[in-house]
Amino acid sequence: MMKQLLTGNEAAAEAAIVAGCRFYYGYPITPQNELINYMSIRMPQVGGTFIQAESEIAAISMVHGSAAAGGRAMTSSSSPGISLKQEGISYLAGSELPCVIVNIQRGGPGLGDISASQADYFQAVKGGGHGDYHTIVLAPSSVQEMADLVYDAFDLADKYRNPVMILGDAQIGQLMEPVEFYKKPKKNISPKNWALTGAEGRKRNIVKSFYPVKGQLEEFNAYLQKKYKTIEEHEVRYEAVNIHKADVVLVAYGTSARICKEVVRKSRRLEFKVGLVRPITLWPFPKEIIRKISERVQCILTVEMSAGQMVEDVRLAVEGRCPVHFYGRTGGGVPTSSEVIKKIVEVVPNSRAANTLLQLAEVK
Amino acid sequence: MQSIYERPKTFIDTATHFCPGCGHGIVLRLIAEIIDAWGIRGKTIGLAPVGCAVLAYNYLDIDMCEAAHGRPPAVATGIKRVHPDHIVFAYQGDGDLAAIGTAEIIHAANRGENITFIFVNNAIYGMTNGQMAPTTLLGQKTATTPSGRDAINYGNPIRVCELLSVLDGTSYLERVCLSTPENVRKTKKAIEKGFKTQREKKGFSLIEILSPCPIYWRMDANEAMRYIDEEMSGTFPLGVVKDWERKN
Repeated sequence: MMKQLLTGNEAAAEAAIVAGCRFYYGYPITPQNELINYMSIRMPQVGGTFIQAESEIAAISMVHGSAAAGGRAMTSSSSPGISLKQEGISYLAGSELPCVIVNIQRGGPGLGDISASQADYFQAVKGGGHGDYHTIVLAPSSVQEMADLVYDAFDLADKYRNPVMILGDAQIGQLMEPVEFYKKPKKNISPKNWALTGAEGRKRNIVKSFYPVKGQLEEFNAYLQKKYKTIEEHEVRYEAVNIHKADVVLVAYGTSARICKEVVRKSRRLEFKVGLVRPITLWPFPKEIIRKISERVQCILTVEMSAGQMVEDVRLAVEGRCPVHFYGRTGGGVPTSSEVIKKIVEVVPNSRAANTLLQLAEVK
Repeated sequence: MQSIYERPKTFIDTATHFCPGCGHGIVLRLIAEIIDAWGIRGKTIGLAPVGCAVLAYNYLDIDMCEAAHGRPPAVATGIKRVHPDHIVFAYQGDGDLAAIGTAEIIHAANRGENITFIFVNNAIYGMTNGQMAPTTLLGQKTATTPSGRDAINYGNPIRVCELLSVLDGTSYLERVCLSTPENVRKTKKAIEKGFKTQREKKGFSLIEILSPCPIYWRMDANEAMRYIDEEMSGTFPLGVVKDWERKN
């Protein structure tokens, strides 16, 4: 298949269709509008359902219905819209329903702005809505990866009967890059014998999250936590770049990781080496690799487009074994590679290293 | 001996969790009777709301889904799009449908979703101990209108059928009540008509049922039935509001 030049938003939409998603419900919000626009054209072409819902809450609730009925369903939005969807996401998690939610983050809090941000990390990985639950969170850093992770998102959602969020940002969503769509080999996904299809010839199915009888809800929560533990054991993904000889390791995802890769590339020619760990799953978080690295590097620097959210998970993984520093921009600010280098100079105590690093800033 | 009246097969034999004199049990039984009569147990999917009727699935032996407060019309839309040939119905109370879920019901109606809505209106929030509903009558005392609802402070009761009737997407709207055996029979006919509307793919149908809540109305069961006839149906007139089979 030929490569196509598409935005990350369009790539997410097309990949969902390739993955068998036939039920899309959305509500316009910048910077994810290319996704809903694309779905309005493509869904009718493939015999699927497209509804522009009356609100983000209605859209996620329609996803709830289609997922409960056994369909592959998706919605997308951006930060303020995702806040609204949290009600539904909590219900989907509580009802153990598979679905994919794309969040193309913008600046916040409140109405914020429409430029790229990574300030929804807490909301995405810590539950977001009410109750003890997790969504699986995948963070693409290119248009091709956006497409690839959308296939995986549907498979993971079905495999674990759990909502999966694609956490992008305005840069990843609106950037145009070549992308290829290919159907990955089918994974062994269990049949949806719990779905609502009409109780013809079988016992009825109930999709619910309400456990009013004393003790039942605690039992259900214990079961959910066991499921989350299994996900943490089996589904962690990350990309590691030059970490073996690194003096300092950066931790960044999405757009921030693209910038950090430039810093790593520049450091290759010098004696002071910078490495990168790029979490692809933000939940489950790749804490094991970060723990290992923390035993031998001078320090770790977390780079985010937020006031410092993922850095908390990095610190939890490091458990004090090495210093963890943070560089972040907020409100639509995007870090540059030279800003990251300056921050490394600031936090690396050794002056010889600092000289090497200052050379790095000059490297093109 | 010939059996002329028995528990519908679809109506699960279980102890009720509803308060004495509550109307929900009657309505759920009527739904079960229709499912039995039509033989559609395997082709019907129901939506349970938040509020007193959240446990509707304890009584109906069919596939059922819960929805967040107010969201059954959106969740039902999602289900119906996957199974367009099934009978999908949502069961909602007045807080669910006419307060927190106003947007969802209006837009499901406006899209003409081919779904049947069973709207149990008892003019009060039962599950949370008797607060004002959007349909609480003027002068009616509740936990949050202790001196009676007045229009200036609390607004007026919302007439859902009339409100939805102006939307082009609605096909069948009728208001019925449970005050007498005759009215219960009319209620069953109205629900059947709602299912028929859906089976014939005529679009959105809603049956509003005036239903007693003796506990939070602070009445006995007989008084509550009289209250429906004498007070409630004054604010909420009974009858067909819109019908695709009738030329208006």
